[in-house]
Amino acid sequence: MSNHHYDPTTDISPSAAYPEVSFQHHTDDAEFRTRVRKTTILLSVITIFELAIGLVIYTMHKGENPSHLLILMFKGAVCILTLAKAYYIVSVFMHLGDEIRNMIMTIVVPLLLFVWFIAAFLIDGNSYRNLRNTYDPHFRETTTVKEANHAEEPAPKSGKE
Amino acid sequence: MMWYFLMSDAFTFGAFLISYGTIRFSQNFWPDPNVVFNAFPGAGHQNLPLAFVSVMTFILIISSVTMVLAVHAGHNGDKKGVIKWLFWTIIGGLAFLSCQAWEWHHLITGEHATLIDGKIELVGQTTRVNPWGTLVHGAEVTDALKNSSQETLAALVAEHNHTATHEQLMGMSKEQLLGMINTAELHVRTKGPVAFGGYFYGITGFHGFHVFSGVIINIIMLIMAQKGVFERRGHYLMIEKAGLYWHFVDLVWVFVFLCFYLI
Repeated sequence: MSNHHYDPTTDISPSAAYPEVSFQHHTDDAEFRTRVRKTTILLSVITIFELAIGLVIYTMHKGENPSHLLILMFKGAVCILTLAKAYYIVSVFMHLGDEIRNMIMTIVVPLLLFVWFIAAFLIDGNSYRNLRNTYDPHFRETTTVKEANHAEEPAPKSGKE
Repeated sequence: MMWYFLMSDAFTFGAFLISYGTIRFSQNFWPDPNVVFNAFPGAGHQNLPLAFVSVMTFILIISSVTMVLAVHAGHNGDKKGVIKWLFWTIIGGLAFLSCQAWEWHHLITGEHATLIDGKIELVGQTTRVNPWGTLVHGAEVTDALKNSSQETLAALVAEHNHTATHEQLMGMSKEQLLGMINTAELHVRTKGPVAFGGYFYGITGFHGFHVFSGVIINIIMLIMAQKGVFERRGHYLMIEKAGLYWHFVDLVWVFVFLCFYLI
């Protein structure tokens, strides 16, 4: 830090001796403000997009014969938008983008474990369902959504539900 | 060090959300979030999917922005700025917690007609039972209504008919009550997957606890800044760390929002 001089006579805490924040702060107020404003607007716009997609999925569920592939694609789009949001929060608000490269790597590389973590456990859950549907008829009959019911579903009322 | 703590916390939350995903993938049916979260304070029974949770999301994003401004004020050694923005961040955190308290209260006490063991019962969402199964129609509903208790029938009539008192309804015969229930207006569902309630309360509760501790940390930072502790120390690094924690809480909410409310 440019304006930070370590003086052991006034402060012996480790954080004062070795500041964890390793980046050079931009003291330019105008630049900082536009950056924060831009990110805020970006995050809000992404959130509004996500909500819009959420409502689209909702109306698709309500309609007859919703296309499952299309719904899955919309859900995938929401996931990607969420990752974009996470990226902006971490890199701009949390300033990780301004840290030195090695520091970023010590954080990001362990997080790659999530790729395996998510894939392995979702596949596991899916395989458990398939096994039960194959070998446990009771489970299959009691939990499967009956498609026939959808056709005779009464028109949605504005009441509760 | 803060970063490594946050990374470990990310794995904790990640494990929770992934186990939620595993259970969800192992079920043939999972509740539609738009059916579960469609209420708004003061809007009664109106169907407003996603409305309230978007308010909560924006509250958290805005409080993250005020935290950025507090950290920035700290860099410039601007004590007044730090106090002002920290104050608004705390307000945002408290607003979020209040919203969550309302939502939990609504989910636990908001009772819905549910088909359980051949009869209709009114249940809210708990960790043991929840009313978010598939819709039941026609003869199944009328049969179940005949088996239901007087109490349940009276409550179902009272939802639409506000003229009769509870005592009057309880005094009527079951046939009279059945005649007063409009089965077309009635939305009956089966029981939802048991795990839904536990995961919802567990994960949003754990996140809410993080928000709560974040608010406490921010209040401590506010008092320290007020007393001039950071001024004497010559730097506002503590605010920076509190800020990292606060942004992390916002970050986690982004994923909780995704997993529970959007997909």
